Amino acid sequence: MKYEAVIGMEVHVELNTQSKVFCGCSTKFDAPANTNVCPICLGMPGVLPVINKRAVELSVAVGIALNCTISRWSKMDRKNYFYPDLAKNYQISQYDLPLCANGCLEIQVNGSTKRIGITRAHLEEDTARNTHTIGGGDSGVDFNRCGVPLLEIVTEPDIRSAEEAYAYLTSLKQILRYLDVSDCNMEEGSLRAEANISIRPVGSKEFGSKTEVKNVASFSGVQKAIDFEIARQQQVIEGGGQVVQETRGWDADKGITFSQRAKESAHDYRYFPEPDLVPLVVDEAWEAQIAATLPELPRARKARFVSQYQLSEYDSGVLTAERPMADYYETTVQCGVPAKPAANWIMGDLQALLTEHKLEIGACKVTPENLASMIALIEDGTISGKIAKDLLPELFATGKSAKALVEEKGLVQISDTSELEAVAREIIASNPGPVADFRGGKEKALGFLVGQMMKATKGKANPQMANDIIRKELAKTE
Amino acid sequence: MAKITKADVEYVAGLAQLTLDEATKERLVGEMGDILGYMDKLNELDTTGIEPTMHVLEMTNVFREDEVTPSLPRDAALMNAPKTDGEYFLVPRILDTE
Repeated sequence: MKYEAVIGMEVHVELNTQSKVFCGCSTKFDAPANTNVCPICLGMPGVLPVINKRAVELSVAVGIALNCTISRWSKMDRKNYFYPDLAKNYQISQYDLPLCANGCLEIQVNGSTKRIGITRAHLEEDTARNTHTIGGGDSGVDFNRCGVPLLEIVTEPDIRSAEEAYAYLTSLKQILRYLDVSDCNMEEGSLRAEANISIRPVGSKEFGSKTEVKNVASFSGVQKAIDFEIARQQQVIEGGGQVVQETRGWDADKGITFSQRAKESAHDYRYFPEPDLVPLVVDEAWEAQIAATLPELPRARKARFVSQYQLSEYDSGVLTAERPMADYYETTVQCGVPAKPAANWIMGDLQALLTEHKLEIGACKVTPENLASMIALIEDGTISGKIAKDLLPELFATGKSAKALVEEKGLVQISDTSELEAVAREIIASNPGPVADFRGGKEKALGFLVGQMMKATKGKANPQMANDIIRKELAKTE
Repeated sequence: MAKITKADVEYVAGLAQLTLDEATKERLVGEMGDILGYMDKLNELDTTGIEPTMHVLEMTNVFREDEVTPSLPRDAALMNAPKTDGEYFLVPRILDTE
C-alpha cells in the first residue's frame, strides 16, 4: 500500500520587544538567572498584568504578512496546567479568539508553488526555562524567559513531506526576519518548531493517529525527524500495529525519534477568559497603520529583482534571502553601478569573505557605496577585475575607501599604449621559447606571454590592451 | 438537569491537584450539580439575536508602552522560594521536558 504523510506545523516565535508582554522586565536573552523578574512574571498573588502594545502590533504585522484575517475583537485566556515553568499554574494565551486567523503562506518546492494554510497565530507568554544540570536531585527554574511575548503560528495539516515542511519553515523564518519581529535564533530558542505527523493510505480522507515531534534544534533536524517518523509509522502499520498518539523527541546524534510521553488523555487545560486583561480591539484604522509599516516581503522582492535588475531567479533568490543583504544590494546599485556586476561581486567575493570571517552583511566594513566605487573603477578601466579581486579583502579588513586604497598602492591600471608596448617588447625578447611556440601556431603560448606582462606590471596592465598589444608586437618583430 | 457524578468531582479535583475526603466529594457532587442546574435554568432563556458576552469587562485596549522597568533584585525574587541555590528556584527534578 502507498501512504501519504499529513503534517501540520506549530512554530513558536519570541517577539523582539524590549520588555516582556505583561510587565516591564527586560527580554534580554543571556542575563544571569532570575534577574529579569518581577512580581508579575513570578506570578505573585494580587498583581495585574498589562499588555505590551508593541507585542500586539508585531503579532498583527505577522498576521498581515501571512494573509490572515485580523480579529477586530480578541481576548486573552488562561490555559491551566501544573508544571514548574509557570509560577501561577496557568499560561496567559489565546483560545477561541486569536489575534490572527485563516491565513496562508505560499512555498516553493521543486519549482512549483504550494499554498499552506495558516490556521491561526496567537499571542501568549513564554514560560520559564528549566535546567536539569543543577544536581542533587533538583531542577532549576529561571524565570527570565517567563513572560517574553511569544507568537504561536499554527498551520493546517496541508504539508505532505519533510521537504515541504522544511520549505515552509524556511519561508516563514524569512518573512519573520524581513518583518524584524524576531531574530528567529533556534539555538537561543527564539524560534521553536514542532511537527504533527501522521500517515494514511493515499486517497484516504481520514487522518491516522499523529505523533508530535518537538525539541528539534534546526530546520534540517525537523526535516530528518519527519522523514524518520513517516518511515517509522509506516513500519508500525505494516507490521500490523497502531501508531500511538504521543510526543516524541529527536535524537540528532542517533538520527531517531523517541517516545517522550504518551498522551493518555487529551490535555484538559480548562481555558477561560483572563479576567485581569481587557479585550483587544484592532480596528481597521489600526490594522492599516500596521500594514503601512510592513516592508516589501521576500517573494515580491525577489520577483522585482528579476524584472527590475534583469537578474536570474537564482541570483534574485540569493540576494533577497535576507533583508539586510537585499538592502545592501539595492544601495550598491543605486550608487550607479550596473546590476549584474554588483550581484556577482556581492554573491561571489564579498559573500566568500563574509563566510570566511563568519560575519553578517550588517557588520561588513565595505559599505555599499564603497563597493559601488570599486566596481565603478573597474567599469571605467581604472583598475582591472584582477586587481579588484586582490583589493576587496583589504577593503573588507580595513574599511578604507576603494579610491584611496587604489591611489595609495599605485594600483591604477596601465592603459598607456606606449608603456605597454615597451613591456611587450621586453617580454618577447626574454621569452624566445614561448614566442617561437606562438609563431609555430600554438595559440596557448599567447596566454603565457600575456601572463608575463601582467606579472611584469604587478597585475596593473589593462588585460585586454596587454593582449592586443603583445599580438601586434609579435606580428611586428616576426 | 445536569448530573455530576463522583467521578466528575474526582476528575476535576485531579486537574486542580486537590485531595478530597469522601465527605467533601459527596458535598461537591451536590453543590456542583446545583451550579450546573442553574446553568440549565439560564439556558431556558431565549437569547436569539443577543451578542454573546465573551468577556466581563467592557473596557478594551489598555496597553503599556514597550519600555523596560527595573526588575526585582535576585535575592528578593528568591526570598520566598522553598528551595534555592541563590540563582535558581529549585524544584524536584523534572524528567520530561515540556
